[in-house]
This record gives sequence, structure tokens and C-alpha cells, in this order.
Amino acid sequence: MTPVLELRRVVAGYPDRPVLREVSVAVAPGDVLAVLGANGSGKSTLVRAALGRLPLTSGTVALFGTPVHRFRQRHRIGYVPQRLGAGGGVPATVAEVVGTGRLSRRRLGSRPRPADRVAVAQAIAAVGLAGRDRDPVATLSGGQQQRVLIARALATGPDLLVLDEPTAGVDAPSQLAFAGTVSGFVAGGGTVVLVAHELGPLEELVSRAVVLHDGRVAYDGPAPRPSGYCADWPPPAGPAHVHVHPHAPAEPPGIWRGDDR
Amino acid sequence: MEIFASQFMQYALLGALITGLAAPALGTYLVQRRLALIGDGIGHVALTGVAVGLLTAQAPVLTAVLAAVAGAVVIELVRQRGRTPGDVALAILFYGGIAGGVFLVNLSERHTSASLTAYLFGSPLTTTGPDLLVMGLLGAAVLVVAVGLRPWLFAICHDEEYARVSGLPVGPLNLLLAVATALTVTVAMRAVGLLLVSALMVVPVATAQRFTGGFATTQWLAMVIGVLAAGAGIGVAGGYDTAPGATIVLLAIAGFAVAAPAAAGWRWLRRTGPDRTGGAGAEPPELAVSR
Repeated sequence: MTPVLELRRVVAGYPDRPVLREVSVAVAPGDVLAVLGANGSGKSTLVRAALGRLPLTSGTVALFGTPVHRFRQRHRIGYVPQRLGAGGGVPATVAEVVGTGRLSRRRLGSRPRPADRVAVAQAIAAVGLAGRDRDPVATLSGGQQQRVLIARALATGPDLLVLDEPTAGVDAPSQLAFAGTVSGFVAGGGTVVLVAHELGPLEELVSRAVVLHDGRVAYDGPAPRPSGYCADWPPPAGPAHVHVHPHAPAEPPGIWRGDDR
Repeated sequence: MEIFASQFMQYALLGALITGLAAPALGTYLVQRRLALIGDGIGHVALTGVAVGLLTAQAPVLTAVLAAVAGAVVIELVRQRGRTPGDVALAILFYGGIAGGVFLVNLSERHTSASLTAYLFGSPLTTTGPDLLVMGLLGAAVLVVAVGLRPWLFAICHDEEYARVSGLPVGPLNLLLAVATALTVTVAMRAVGLLLVSALMVVPVATAQRFTGGFATTQWLAMVIGVLAAGAGIGVAGGYDTAPGATIVLLAIAGFAVAAPAAAGWRWLRRTGPDRTGGAGAEPPELAVSR
């Protein structure tokens, strides 16, 4: 099966100091991949490279089997940035922001079709903001604003959701609503790539985890479960492994706590 | 209304109304981007175009359009590259524009710096038929872009990175916005003058957003306010013999001064009314996604 997203030996970053050093990751359809790692480990750079927003020093990135620079079916990707960019000086409603998610499917200058309105309404409902579509985004809480950005990504009707730290600084109700939204998306056959510092309520959903350390893949495998293999400390003897669940004792430095803010 | 009986007053009114409609429609994007004063900068550059027109006996409006478009494109490219310190590069362009205008116009035998005053502060009462035609065409072009492409221009002004990931033609749209800004400046040159252009692009938007919660509604209300200020300004100027451009701008600012406390009172009334939101409360997570 063609991977939804495939990075092969990707080197990217600054010419003299690559942020990603030969990173290879393949995401299969239906995967929920968590990209974990400390600040500065290259998580966000990996997302930017995956979306074709960063020139590669070497290596290749393919989306749905097409090299990223030739990939035109942008509506198949739903992107949720870390936080709302600059915001802007003019108010905007929830429906207006979510509506921009439909533009990758609309011809320039065309009128919105009924399908566009339906998709926007459904996406707003999917993140638990039904009835708030005419509210100014600025009047929402931080967590609700984050949900607006997720609705914008869902309105596109994507096959792949790319989320950059979607729950950072988000209140608990919004985190739960968010986990529910993502699980609905996955149940419908969607693929998710999720950059995270902590998984929180998303932990149950994650099927696979990649841990970046200093621009390299330090771990790639099944999602860690604190209640499983490593729940008992010390862990049983076995092949070398990396702890990726936060707050566990005796973590290897640099993976989680090493260069925390 | 008999002050509008003469043709020059009718022309002045029509020109001002076109300006009052187009300037806030486009200005909404500039305010959104927090580039409210960019229109002022392009106005400085347009002055060089005016001077070229006066010097070569061409229609100053056309040479101003060319200079303003060129200036706007350069500003946009500087903004996109982001390598040069933006404010320094812009300052060079702005003051180069105004110095170039003054320098060039004084090379002419028939004109001095005083000839530029009409363009700096507006002279709607001297609007001619051909002027009106050019203003109408440019104004229509600005409105087609500003209203017709609203979702796309909103997207690039709201979150440029997301727009790029969505595959929108962000670079061309940015250039289009820059060119439309330049056209707006030259449309408004006659009515309010190059030094006052930014006021009509910004003040009606600032007033409108006191009352609105959405981008489209802000744009529409700003256009209504712009038309009212422009129409009333020409009326007052005709009736009381005041400077028309300055009157229009002062009326727009007076509108803001009245609207700001009024809007605050209105919001206070709404807040003390029945609570219509659920607050930041806990929506249940049982949410299905239809893909």
C-alpha cells in the first residue's frame, strides 16, 4: 500500500547545521503517528518538510506517492498549526475562519457551493462548537480557538490530518473534545500525524510513535503505554528501548526533560 | 441639495463616493494585516508619478497609477523576502517617492511644488469627466478584487502559512492585493489627496469593527461608512466652502469618535442582557466527524 506520507533520508535545516539528519519515516493509511521529542529535536521541522514548506538539503518527501513539490491535491491534507498566526486587526467569525479550509477545493473567485457550507457546518459541529459559527473567534477561549483551527482542517475533507502540538496550552475540556474529534476522523479511515509534547487524552488513539532526538529518529515503533511493558520499574531486560511517556522516572536525558524550557 | 445642481459638484460627489466605497473595501485587508499605513507610503511613491505626468504633460492620474503600482510591487517583494530590514527599505521608498516628486515637478517650467498641493490634499471640485471615467474604472477593478476575492484574500491575510499549505497561489494573491492598494491610492488621490488616502482606507474600518464580529460584515459596514463620510464631506465642503478632502477625513474621524463610546455602551448592554453563550464550558466529546 502506498504510504500516505513518506520521508526518505531527509536532511533539512540550515546549510551548516541540519535540523533533520537523515530522517526516514513512512506513515501508512489509517496510522495515528505521534512525533515526540524535546524542544529543538526537529519535530516542527519534520512537519514543515513533510508539507513541502522547507527546502530539503537531501532526501525525498512524498505525499500519497507523489513527490511533495509536485503534489497538487492539497485538499487531501488538513493542517493544524501550533497556534493562530498573528490573528489580525479585523474580527472574523468562526465560520469565516473554518471556511478558508474549503478554498483548496474552490476555484479562484467561485461562489461557495452548498457542499462547502455543509462541510463548514459539519466541521464546526465536529469540534463541539455547533451554534457558535457566527461568533467572533476572538471571543473564544484559547482551547476553543484551537478547535476552530482543527475544524478548518477538517472542513477541507482531508485524508491526512497534520497537527503541530494541537493540545499545547489547551484547557482540559478542549483536549477531550479534540481527542473525540480525532477518534471520529480515524474511525472514518483517516490518517493522522501528530506532533506532541505530551499526549494527554490522545494516548489511547496513537498507534505508533516516532521519537526524534537531535534530528535523528531515536525510536520508531508501537505507541508506548505507561500501563504496559514499562509500567513496572525497572523494566524487564530486553532490547534497548526509549521511554516516551512523560513523567516516568529515570528518563534518558535529552528525550524529554533534557532541554525543556 | 441644490448645491449638487452644478456639474462640477456632481462630478466631485461621484468621485468622492467611488473613493468612499473602494478605499475601505481594500483597507479592510490592510487593517487585517496590520499594514494600515502602507497606503500612505504608496501615496508618497505615487507623487513621483504625478510629477512625471506634470513634467511630460501626460495625465498625472495615469503616471501616478504606474508609479504607485511599481512602488506597491516593490514593497510587497521586500515584505516577502524579509531580508532587508522592512522599515528601512520602506522609508527609503517613501521619502524617495516624495523627494522625487518635488524634484521632478520643479524641473518643469510651468510647475512648482505648489502644483503638487492639489494631489497631496485632494481637489475633488476640479474633477473632470475623463478623471471620473478613470476613477470609475479603477474603482470598479478594486471592488471586484476586494469583494469578489474576499475569501482568498482573507485567507492569505489571516494565516499566510496555512494558505500556502492549502496550495493557494499566495504569491500572486499578495501581488494582486498590492496592485489593488496602488489603484485605490490613485482613485482616492482626487478626492482626499495622497497624504490623506490612508485615512479613508483605515478609519471607516476601525469604526465598523467596533460593531461587527465578522470580516465580511466589517468590510460592508466600512464601505457604508466610507460612502457616508465622502458624500457628507463633499456636501459640507460645497455648502460651507471648506477644504473637501480634509472635511471628508475629519467627518470619518468624527464618526469614529462618536462610534467608539457608542459601541462600548452597546456591548455593555449586551453583556448585561441574558447570557447567550455557554462560556468556555465543556462540550461533550462524543463528536462524529463526517469526512
